[in-house]
Amino acid sequence: MIRIAIETKLKAYSGQQELRIVREFHAGSITKIFGPSGSGKTTLLKIIAGFVEPEKGSIVVDDITWLDTNSKIFVAPQKRKAGFVFQDYALFPNMTVHQHMAYATSDEAWISKLLKIGKLDAFITHKPGYLSGGQQQRLAIFRALATKPKLLLMDEPFSALDPKMRSELIGDLKDLFAELGTTVLIVSHYPQELEGLTEHELNLH
Amino acid sequence: MDLTPIWLTLKLAVIATLLLFIAGVPVAWWLSKGRSFFKIVLEAIITMPLVLPPSVLGFYLLMAFSPQHGVGQWLLHTFNIQFVFSFQGLVLASVIYSMPFMIGPVKSALQQLPVSLSQASWSLGKSRWQTFVHVLLPNIKPSLLTAVVLTFAHTLGEFGVVLMIGGNIPGITRVASIAVYDSVEQMDYSSANTYSLILFSITFVLVVAVFVFNKYHLKSPLE
Repeated sequence: MIRIAIETKLKAYSGQQELRIVREFHAGSITKIFGPSGSGKTTLLKIIAGFVEPEKGSIVVDDITWLDTNSKIFVAPQKRKAGFVFQDYALFPNMTVHQHMAYATSDEAWISKLLKIGKLDAFITHKPGYLSGGQQQRLAIFRALATKPKLLLMDEPFSALDPKMRSELIGDLKDLFAELGTTVLIVSHYPQELEGLTEHELNLH
Repeated sequence: MDLTPIWLTLKLAVIATLLLFIAGVPVAWWLSKGRSFFKIVLEAIITMPLVLPPSVLGFYLLMAFSPQHGVGQWLLHTFNIQFVFSFQGLVLASVIYSMPFMIGPVKSALQQLPVSLSQASWSLGKSRWQTFVHVLLPNIKPSLLTAVVLTFAHTLGEFGVVLMIGGNIPGITRVASIAVYDSVEQMDYSSANTYSLILFSITFVLVVAVFVFNKYHLKSPLE
């Protein structure tokens, strides 16, 4: 169970915008987060991961407080270990596909399984610069899953995938999330692309 | 023809570059994060040798480390270390004088890396230090090489600072640039030419090597 109650100002070109969210996410649930540009979707994920600190609020995950601005509690991102799929992938240019996975986990069997599901097993010696956009995005997704996170935050994770690949991947990911019991929050500009994956939604407007 | 000044210069450049690499890279990393007033002032101080006349810097170092005054006197009496007119004084002056050449390129390169690279590493449970060593440093290799070569080449060519703090003691502080000046003073143009040619050649080869390396590697690893 994840309980979030946060309030923070958002950077905006004109006027002032605020992000206010009070919400609970059940363990193992998959929730899509959508809303117009600048509504704070990415900021919300970054606050939960610990990359950004909100002005006010609290985040409690499985009865452990990650953030409480009143009590000045702030758990570092390294300790939260929330899986994060970045919109720009954030792949490490110096590492091959396999090195990305090995940087996250030493479990070779798990790495092999993930790379096979992600159809990346033929590219293990390739660096990101030699992968297509779709392959890079899949690597970003499976790197985040390599640590078997209890919470996975995904920012536009399927934007570079063709419909067929996306549909296959969504089926495989659903099985993986169920196997790991992972709670998943997915930000998307196009909620319809997540059909069949998410059963809850959060509209930031 | 006495080649001691050349060896002394190379020894000085290697030691100063090594010290600056060990100390300067972490400082550049620290400076690349955030912009507090203290960091701005410190960065300005580090950059000063770029614009300050070397003789001014040398003069202040001479005053600061003179065995007759404050810090210099204390160092001599407590640790028996004398920076004025000694090789260690040249090393100290070189480290200060060449510091912006090591810190500047490394800091700029680190600032150009997307912050999401660090964040991705943290989300995998890696510490800031692990992230620095395994993710950030390997992705700024061309800038690291540029910083090392510029620092080395700049140290080779020092004159004003080393003359002020080291003087012209053969075998101890008489580096190649001073030997050139000294030879010209004695109208020994042949020696001056040899020293100059050696310095010119080493520096030229180093700079060309960096340009060649960067021609193939300078492209951002993110492209």
